Amino acid sequence: MIDKSQCSGVWVFAEQRNAAIQDVTFELLAKGRELADKRGAKLAAVLFGQGLKAQCAELFAHGADMVYYADAPALATFNSDAYTAQLAALVQQYKPEVLLGGSTIAGRSFFPRVAVRVDTGLASDCTSLDMDAAGLLQAVRPAYAGNVLATLVCPDHRPQMATVRGKAFKKGTPVVGRAGELIEVPAATGEVKTQILETVRDTGNMVNLADADIIVSGGRGIGGPDQFGFIQDLAAELKGAVGASRAAVDAGWISSLHQVGQTGKTVKPKLYIACGISGAIQHLAGMGASDFIIAINKDAAAPIFDIADIGIVGDLFAVVPALTQALKNR
Amino acid sequence: MHIVVCVKQVPSSIAVKTDPATQTLTCTGSEFLINPFDENALETALVLKDTAAAKVTVLTIGGAQAADVLREALGRGADAAQLISDPAFEGSDAWATGKILATAIQKLGGVDLVLCGKQTFDGDTAQVGPSIAEFLGWSCVAFVRKLTLEGTTLKLERMFEEGYEKIALPLPAVLTVGKEINTPRMASLKGRMAAKRAQLAPVTAAALGLAPESVGAQGARTRLAKMAPVPRKSGGIKVDGSDAAVAAKTVVDKLRELKLV
Repeated sequence: MIDKSQCSGVWVFAEQRNAAIQDVTFELLAKGRELADKRGAKLAAVLFGQGLKAQCAELFAHGADMVYYADAPALATFNSDAYTAQLAALVQQYKPEVLLGGSTIAGRSFFPRVAVRVDTGLASDCTSLDMDAAGLLQAVRPAYAGNVLATLVCPDHRPQMATVRGKAFKKGTPVVGRAGELIEVPAATGEVKTQILETVRDTGNMVNLADADIIVSGGRGIGGPDQFGFIQDLAAELKGAVGASRAAVDAGWISSLHQVGQTGKTVKPKLYIACGISGAIQHLAGMGASDFIIAINKDAAAPIFDIADIGIVGDLFAVVPALTQALKNR
Repeated sequence: MHIVVCVKQVPSSIAVKTDPATQTLTCTGSEFLINPFDENALETALVLKDTAAAKVTVLTIGGAQAADVLREALGRGADAAQLISDPAFEGSDAWATGKILATAIQKLGGVDLVLCGKQTFDGDTAQVGPSIAEFLGWSCVAFVRKLTLEGTTLKLERMFEEGYEKIALPLPAVLTVGKEINTPRMASLKGRMAAKRAQLAPVTAAALGLAPESVGAQGARTRLAKMAPVPRKSGGIKVDGSDAAVAAKTVVDKLRELKLV
């Protein structure tokens, strides 16, 4: 068992894709700053990549006291083997008390491996974090189809690791020119068996529900693929993304890329408009945390109305086009 | 080639009730089935078996009733199944679950490929597959949407937020898959009948050589400090939609007031 008194500092894994630091990193630095201050400790960012010294300044501006930066061709893009070896080696050398990362595809791929390699606990896909007086990280995550909020702690092992959903925290205002200590670390040696042959960026066909501020979703009540046009028109007017319930996806009316819910995407837009969606618990698990929810359904007893800020009981084929029109006239 | 598929029995839908007297939560499910993404992992193994000489072994951790998901997997074409079951496993977190499964895989010996669903329907941690890989000291690619085997090299497509990556990876390896990869088959009637007769004696902690305190709640690296129902918002307003234009104006006025549009 590790000597906990030897461990200090809050670390944030800084995720870059195509050399761009992801928003979730800035959100975590804002929260990490708060946690580090509570502990009277330093906040560090950990960045892997190639030729990213300029990006280190962004991490300082967002509150990092220091940046551990590993520069190597093998780290240019995410590779689970290489990133696991690199992060585990740094953790073993510098012994942070807390290690946070985004609940992204990369974060969820390699944080569990790092946790096992350095022998500690991990709370994944958290929606809130706090630090108690004794320095025990309280990691809150939804479980049981989003019905329950479970608070996990890691009492005996360090670092206390968590991956956190995007938008769980607000990013701070960057202080341009804020100074910090850049610590360039050597690339870890370790066997990398995974070979990335090609990275295909396919954003034209991607549905970026996770980042959308407004989502208009259709469900079983839409009744067929053609009627999704009403949803698309409203989404276009609002410059939002099109979502769908599992029922609409399973019926083959729209691609699964649009699916919101437990087996689809988890979203947290500023505005979510649910059209013809009854509100099965699995759907609510994926969108219940949205800031403002409008539901349109002809069934006044539909569970979606229980969580809607505005519930319109009526025929969506009349209401949705009327909404689109009213927005055009605004 | 020997492929192991790890499956979990999960409730098909989940209702959570809070006992107002004790503030404890009970989670009840209507029926239990194979975790949806684990079905895709099983199908991935069965497709490989259809095209190459492969043995498919299915593992699950659970109580006696978890044998149902193993029988379902056997009915679909898996060759062998193990019910890993011991009171000592109760309260395992993802770390301990990974350790138990990795130990069972080492005990089987000669395994080339481990397939898992990308996450479970109830726990949703997405940690167990990568954790197994780490305990085995193998490579792991998570969120795989396409897979072919060329000799002893896996050719994969892995999803990420902005597209996908083509990856080559030698065996042995652990992969996690999502529903994009395939459509699971149904069990055949003949398969179902044979699966009924399968002997599924529990594999215990002792049989795996695991000290009881190294797994389960005692061995877990994380502890559950608190469980609380998700606060649902209330105080929403209902709008009569019988006159669509009036309803639309009400909503748009409200959205403008809140500066949402």
